[in-house]
Amino acid sequence: MDWFKKAKSGLTGKEKKEIPDGLWSKCPECGEIIYTKQLEESLWVCPNCEYHFRIPSHKYIRMILDNGELQEYDVDLESKDPLRFKDSKKYPDRIKAAQAKSGLKDAVKAGIGKIDSIDVSFAIMEFSFVGGSMGSVVGEKIARAIERAIEREIPLILVSCSGGARMQEGILSLMQMAKTSALLAVLAGKKIPFISVLTNPTTAGVMASYASLGDVIIAEPKALLGFAGPRVIQQTIGQDLPEGFQSSEFFLEKGFLDKIVNRSQLRETLILLLKYFQR
Amino acid sequence: MEERQILDFEKPIVELQKKISDMKDFASGANLELTGEIKSLESKVDKMRKEIFSGLTRWQKVLLARHPRRPYTLDYINYMTTDFIELHGDRYFADDKAIVGGFAKLDGKPVMIVGQQKGRDTKQKLYRNFGMPHPEGYRKALRLFKLAEKFNKPIVILVDTPGAFPGIGAEERGQAEAIARNLREMSILRVPIVIVVIGEGASGGALGIAVGDRVYMLQYSWYSVISPEGCAAILWRDNAFAPQAAEALKLTADDLMDLKIIDKIIDEPPGGAHNDPEGIAATVKSEILAVLTELEQLSVDDLLRQRLEKFRKLGVYQE
Repeated sequence: MDWFKKAKSGLTGKEKKEIPDGLWSKCPECGEIIYTKQLEESLWVCPNCEYHFRIPSHKYIRMILDNGELQEYDVDLESKDPLRFKDSKKYPDRIKAAQAKSGLKDAVKAGIGKIDSIDVSFAIMEFSFVGGSMGSVVGEKIARAIERAIEREIPLILVSCSGGARMQEGILSLMQMAKTSALLAVLAGKKIPFISVLTNPTTAGVMASYASLGDVIIAEPKALLGFAGPRVIQQTIGQDLPEGFQSSEFFLEKGFLDKIVNRSQLRETLILLLKYFQR
Repeated sequence: MEERQILDFEKPIVELQKKISDMKDFASGANLELTGEIKSLESKVDKMRKEIFSGLTRWQKVLLARHPRRPYTLDYINYMTTDFIELHGDRYFADDKAIVGGFAKLDGKPVMIVGQQKGRDTKQKLYRNFGMPHPEGYRKALRLFKLAEKFNKPIVILVDTPGAFPGIGAEERGQAEAIARNLREMSILRVPIVIVVIGEGASGGALGIAVGDRVYMLQYSWYSVISPEGCAAILWRDNAFAPQAAEALKLTADDLMDLKIIDKIIDEPPGGAHNDPEGIAATVKSEILAVLTELEQLSVDDLLRQRLEKFRKLGVYQE
């Protein structure tokens, strides 16, 4: 199987891609070789093991919203560098590189869309942008998405995909957790529905704020979820983690999710729930 | 004093102080008049301390916040309050020893006081899980906050944690959910909430009990999105770069004042809170009482509107 190996090494060059762009694709979970076109038709879900490939935000928009349309808001919001943060790279350089790579200004898209003709305030995170991390821009765009839901009295749907708060904005990133959660208290007070959709991964600062506060919380199968990263836990307790720990299935079992939904059923599930939420 | 309880940069000060106390002993024993010499040495100590403490790096301030003799939550409760009645348990799973709380009186004024608690010796450290709460700790805290709300008592919160505990049980019982819920619920509690970061304020573990009307920090405390070690491990791939990470994270009280995250810095006694625990407790108490008086002037609606606005406006971006 040398020729597959070669194709794989071509894909995992310096820029790691989640979505394969070759003619054939290999499922990282079960190793199944899939015709890429077929994979695309199955919404990037492995037909053999239901592994959900990570897909960019625009594919979710196409999948979930009527006509695949999101009327985007706050597109010009961009991060600054309040800490003048520098590790191996300067933060502004990191942002510029992420912007060039993704064509996005930051790690979330937000706006108004329709699902089965129901208006919703919708936001979706983009993992390829600095790990979907939440700094001031993500926090502000989520906050405004919540406020749009409040002002227009329409349901809120947030699709999360994030490693957590963005370290390079320090304490300001942490405060986005409080900011978004406080606005969700207002939303809840007005009895406006909020559906939180968790995709792989949703952890740390995002999981410990708005992502955990949905009236209903849905996750894709086998997503990595949780507060602390598995590596940190492993280092802290000094032993191997149980199989399937911190997966969607694990959190469903522990009572922190309402439902695990296959990507192909996501839109239908949201429609059903939105109808139940109508008064 | 044990050697390991003195930080490197404290050593010259402690040595000189020891010299002074030896000289005092010698003078009284030998009936000698050394007042002049002692005075000049004392002013030398003051000068040296001022010099060292005015030039502290962010990392050195982190070390002060973690000083093994630094006063912890229960020390403050002991010094500041009377009639403390500790209340236990989250009513779902367990009593988390890393968070303590209960009713207490500040100069006779009833409050609900809650904070993370660290241990001082090995046994106590384990008992308190190093001040790292599990979900049941955050749920206990919320239960006590709601109790305070129900009986219309203001809430005083002391923050001192190296982080929420990252472990299997913590994940199984929903660490993220417990913290998230607190953030949402604390934003609408209908009584005044004053928060003082007294030592370490690490990430969600700190914020999980730190949404309120005023956030104060002690001069040598820190508050950040991640611990310097955690940040170093991710961005430098090596914990040993914690001092560099501390610089980059801008996590000191001065930094957070500049970033307009906190409302006030409470100055510590010369050399840090551990040099005068009773003194710092008295200062913290009078600051809390002063601000509670101020907050109690507000109607509940105004209080909640201002609290929401306080967090709503945080963030630095351009558009």
